Formats: sequence, C-alpha cells, structure tokens
Amino acid sequence: MSGLLWGMLFGLLAGIAIALAALFGVWWERKVAGRIQMRFGPQEAGPAGLLQTLADTIKLVLKEDITPRLADRRLYRIAPLVVFTPVAMSLAVIPFARGWAPFDTSVGVLFFLAVPSISVLGILLGGWASGNSYATLGGMRGAAQMVSYEVPRTLAVLSVVVLAGTLRPVLLLGRFQWWWILATLVGFVVYLISSIAEMNRGPFDLAEAESELVAGYFADYSGIRWAVFMMTEYGSVLAASLFGSVLFLGGGWPLSGALGVVVLLVKAVLIATLIIWVKWTLPRMRADQLMRFCWTVLTPLALVQLLIVGAVVPWL
Amino acid sequence: MAIEVESRTPVHDEDGRAVEELVLNVGPAHPSTHGVCRIIAHLDGEVVTRAEPVIGYLHRGIEKMAENRTYLQIVPLTDRLDYVGSMYANWAYCRAVERLAGIGVPERAEYLRVITCELQRIASHMMSIGSTGADTGAFTMFVYAFDVRERVVELFEALTGSRLTYCYVRPGGVAADAPEGWLDDVRRVVGEMPARLAELDRLFFGNVIARGRLKGVGVLDVATAVAWGASGPVARGSGVGWDLRKSDTYSLYPRFDFDVPVGERGDAYDRARVRLWESVESCRIIEQALDQIEPGHVHAPGLPRLLKPRPGDAYDHIESARGSLGVYLVSDGSPRPYRMKVRSPAFCNLALLPLLAPGHTISDLVVILGSLDPVFGEVDR
Repeated sequence: MSGLLWGMLFGLLAGIAIALAALFGVWWERKVAGRIQMRFGPQEAGPAGLLQTLADTIKLVLKEDITPRLADRRLYRIAPLVVFTPVAMSLAVIPFARGWAPFDTSVGVLFFLAVPSISVLGILLGGWASGNSYATLGGMRGAAQMVSYEVPRTLAVLSVVVLAGTLRPVLLLGRFQWWWILATLVGFVVYLISSIAEMNRGPFDLAEAESELVAGYFADYSGIRWAVFMMTEYGSVLAASLFGSVLFLGGGWPLSGALGVVVLLVKAVLIATLIIWVKWTLPRMRADQLMRFCWTVLTPLALVQLLIVGAVVPWL
Repeated sequence: MAIEVESRTPVHDEDGRAVEELVLNVGPAHPSTHGVCRIIAHLDGEVVTRAEPVIGYLHRGIEKMAENRTYLQIVPLTDRLDYVGSMYANWAYCRAVERLAGIGVPERAEYLRVITCELQRIASHMMSIGSTGADTGAFTMFVYAFDVRERVVELFEALTGSRLTYCYVRPGGVAADAPEGWLDDVRRVVGEMPARLAELDRLFFGNVIARGRLKGVGVLDVATAVAWGASGPVARGSGVGWDLRKSDTYSLYPRFDFDVPVGERGDAYDRARVRLWESVESCRIIEQALDQIEPGHVHAPGLPRLLKPRPGDAYDHIESARGSLGVYLVSDGSPRPYRMKVRSPAFCNLALLPLLAPGHTISDLVVILGSLDPVFGEVDR
C-alpha cells in the first residue's frame, strides 16, 4: 500500500519536475538558440524572459482542444499520455544523490532503457489516429527510427554496466571511478547521438520534420495535448541528460551530498545545452541516411566501445 | 470548392495484396512551398512516383492590368512579379519600354541600375540559399542568410524608401539619384560581403549532413535543361554556361570583369552553390561599378510624363536571379500598351519539378522545389 502511495506521490513529483524542466528547458533552448542565431531570445516576460514559457503554457491551456473529424477519437486523445507517461516513469530510476534513487531497483538501467520505448506506441498512435497523411508518415518514421536507435544506445550503456558489474543505478554510481569517463568516451558519444535520435530531436527530427511533414505525428494536435507532446520532448532531454551524466560522467562526482546534486544538475544542463546546440546548427538527415548512419556507424562504434571495456575489465 | 484529385490507382505488390498509392497534397499552405505552390505528390511509401505542381494561387492578372495603365503606372506592377527581386522586373520592363520608344539612358543611371540589380542578386540568392537551409532543417542557416540579405535591404530602404517593392528603375533612368554617402555605404557593405558568404559556405555547404541532403538530389542533365528552357542558376548548375550578362550582353556589363560560375553534376547542391558564387561575383561587379561611376544625370532629360510610343512591338530580357527574364510589349500608339507578356524564368524552371522529383523521397521533394527557387509572384503573374 505504501508502495502505491509512494508511486503516486512520485508520479505527481515527476509530473511537476518535468513541467518545471520544460518551463526552464524551453526558455533555455530559446536563449541558446537566440545566441546561436544572433538574437536575444525571450526578453519581455519576467526577468530575462523567464516567464515567457509560462505565458505560452497559459495560452496553450486556454486554447481549444481540437479533435479532427477524421480522427479515431479515443486513440487520438490517449496518444499524448502514452508518449508522456513512460518518459516520466524513466526518471524514477535516476540516482539523484549518492545511494538514493526514487525507485531503487536491481534492474534500474534496464528499466531506463526499456520503459521510454513505450513512447513509440504513442507516436504511432498519434500519427495513425489523426487521420492525416502527414501525421501517418511522421508516425511511421518515428517508429522506425526509435526502434533502430535503441540498439546502439543499449550497447553504449552496456559498456558502463560491464565496468560496474551491476544494473542497479545506485550501486553503479557508488562504484564509479574517475577513469571510467575516459574508458567510456566513445560510448558516451554514441549514447548522446542515439539519445537525440530516440527523442526525435534535430538533426534526427524526421518524425516532426517541420519543412516536410509540417509537424508529423502531432500536426493535428492543439492546446494542452500539443503541450503534452512538447513537454515530453523536454522530459526526454532531461531524462537523457541526467542519466547520461550518471552513467558516463559519474553523477555528482567529485562532490557528494547536496553539492553533489548541484554538480549532477550542472552536468545535465551542460549535456542538454550540447543537445540544443547540435539541433540549432545541423540540417536534418533523410530517413535512409538516418538508418545507414545507425547501422553502419553507431552500432559498430558501440561494439568497439564494448570491446574496449571488455579488454579492460579483466585487469581490474 | 474542393478540386478533384485524380482517382487512386490500385496496385498489387509481390504477394498479390492490393496496395494503394498515397496521394499527398502539399500546399498551398505548407512551410516549404516557397509561397503558394501546391504539389500533388503520389507516394509509394516515402518515395515520390509523381509530383504535379498546381499553380495559379497568386494569379493577379498583372499582364492584363498593364493594358489599362500608362507606361509609367506599370512600373509598380512589375515590382509585384518577382517580389524577392523587384529590381529585375523593373529593369526588364523599362528596357522593353526604352527599346519600344527609343529612349536613351544616362550613364550614371545605368551604373545605378547595375549596382542595385547586382545587390538584388545577392539579396535574392540569400533568400534561396537560406530557404535551402530551412528546407533541410538547418534553420540557423536561414537566419544567417537573411542577415546578409538584411544588409542589402537596408541599402535599398535608404535608396528608395521601400524594403520589398522598390519601383526604382523607371523608363529613361532611375527614380532618384543615390543619397549622399549611399555609394560609400554600398562599398562598405560589399566589402564585408565575401567574408560573410564564405562563412555561410563553411556553415552549410561544408557540413556533411547538408552535402548528403543536397548532392545527387534532383539531377538535371544538360540536354533536358536546354530543352525545357531552364535558365539562371538552374541551368548553370547543370553546366550550361548561359548568362545573358555575357551571352547577350546588355547595359554596361561589357565593362566589368566577372566570371559565370557553373556546376558539374546538376544536382541541388550545384544549383545552391552556383547561387553562392554568383553572389561573390556580384560583389566584384559592384566594386568595379563603384570605381567607374561618375556624377551626371540619372534620368533622360526632356522625357514626357505620358509616353506614347509609335505602334510596334519590343522585347528585351535581362539576367535576373532566377534566369532569363523577358518583357514583350506591343504598342498601338496609345498611352497604354496593347499587350504585355512576361517571360518568367521561375515558371519555366518550375516546370522541371515533375521531371526531377520521381524516385526521390518526400524529404527530397522540398529540397528539389527549393533548388528551383520559384517565386510565385512571377510564376502566376
């Protein structure tokens, strides 16, 4: 019973955390993108435009929630939640402080890799249920892409698991040693690239593809449901950045305690900034190039990383 | 009223299952149609099997409207043909009028025309290159290209008061002499330009993803380019070294030393790259023109306000940013032309889309359309 209560409480907290992360994330992305494009980004609402996203959120909530006539109503309405919930769930296994994670489980790493994959279903649902050719194409692209990029991502994460000898994130963080950063550098790059593909962001944002499919799988969504899709995107960035800094950069290392949490957050923001930077610099890939890149570059690289780690471990 | 889309053709795959082509309506309101183009795309999965442009959404009947206006009143109409490069339509029209009525143009006016039209070429090509960036998802490229365009538009604003429709070139000269210090501003802006263009080249054309997206996409061979009347960077991207500034030289262009860049493979990459290098060549032309320009009249003296050319016809063309832009005028001796016809390069280039698109994916379709650089004010007229 207490587990259920704790779960519900965590759900609420995760929802709020993602909402806050999205509020900050959208603002941060606008500011960074603004700098990249010789602009200022939001300035007017609140100090340095910090409240701009809040204003946008209020606008989105007040907007009409339109369901297209050709849509499969029930699937159409449920799709944003199917996309959002797994991403929120994946935050549960992240060890925020040394020795503590909201949901401490012996298969945490596996949980983190497996659960967000459910989002694919939501993207497919949203694309299919909209009853719109653009959305359907976007949903199909998104599904193909996310399933493929799971392979290099999992392999990259596996190399850290081999080093640590555990799938339990709390334990993994406890065993962290500084030279792991160097030993898993290739894996980190592979993890970062495949995470960007996994969360459908540029240069791998084929499922949305503004200039081709208009907005892809969420082209027909409006108001709060559209906002949920947006929040999912920033939730994914948050989750991938946090987990990336836990796995590859040692979480709160070199500090511990409350300061360690700050260090972890700073590392996560740095990774998120890198993700934003990449998006606002590079063009988008084409579907076939994306697949070729995944199978001929990333997957072999991840395997090489695994080989390196495999060679190191017996000497420990 | 809904326009009937052609009925879907049932096809059977290898296993005998009935499959249908997906007919995707792209536009007229779509982020990558460069205005109001509509494309009916037949898709097999993501691969385009047929792409048919539907034009006319921006038809305003400018050629017909011209028949009810005096020769001077038509100049603002020509602004609205190619609204990304108004100077060209101004100039092509004025050249036709000058040929029809036998008007001479003072040298300083010709220099100003060359300077403004070469500036316009940079501005127009920046729009095209920036859109290529936006089409491939590199929105920052779009912003950087527009920053370059903005410098030129600011110059035009100082010269004509307008940022888009300049109405600067008039029959017999230009609307007004350059304001004090304007030519120095041009020299400063043009001096900075090559470095900025090189930056764009590094940012976008040097990028491995951009190369992958543009190279080998929409290959146009020389024979087809010539047969379909392609001109401008679309033809030159395929290696057709045909530029009216050289091959049917006009105005003061024989006095300037410049090259005509041509591509080799005729793909979207070559077309975009030709546009970039043409912009660099335009800078060279402008700098030479600034060195040569002398004070003098900017308008043919003693020209009547109401032109009444003798009955007859005249055609003249110039090299616009999109290719060979021609204006044909027929006069019946009245103050209004009997007929005006615009030979629009954007229209001829757009006709290539159904040839280039099949076999490419929907992602390439928008790139191919962008590489043809259509401006629908000029296509639909």
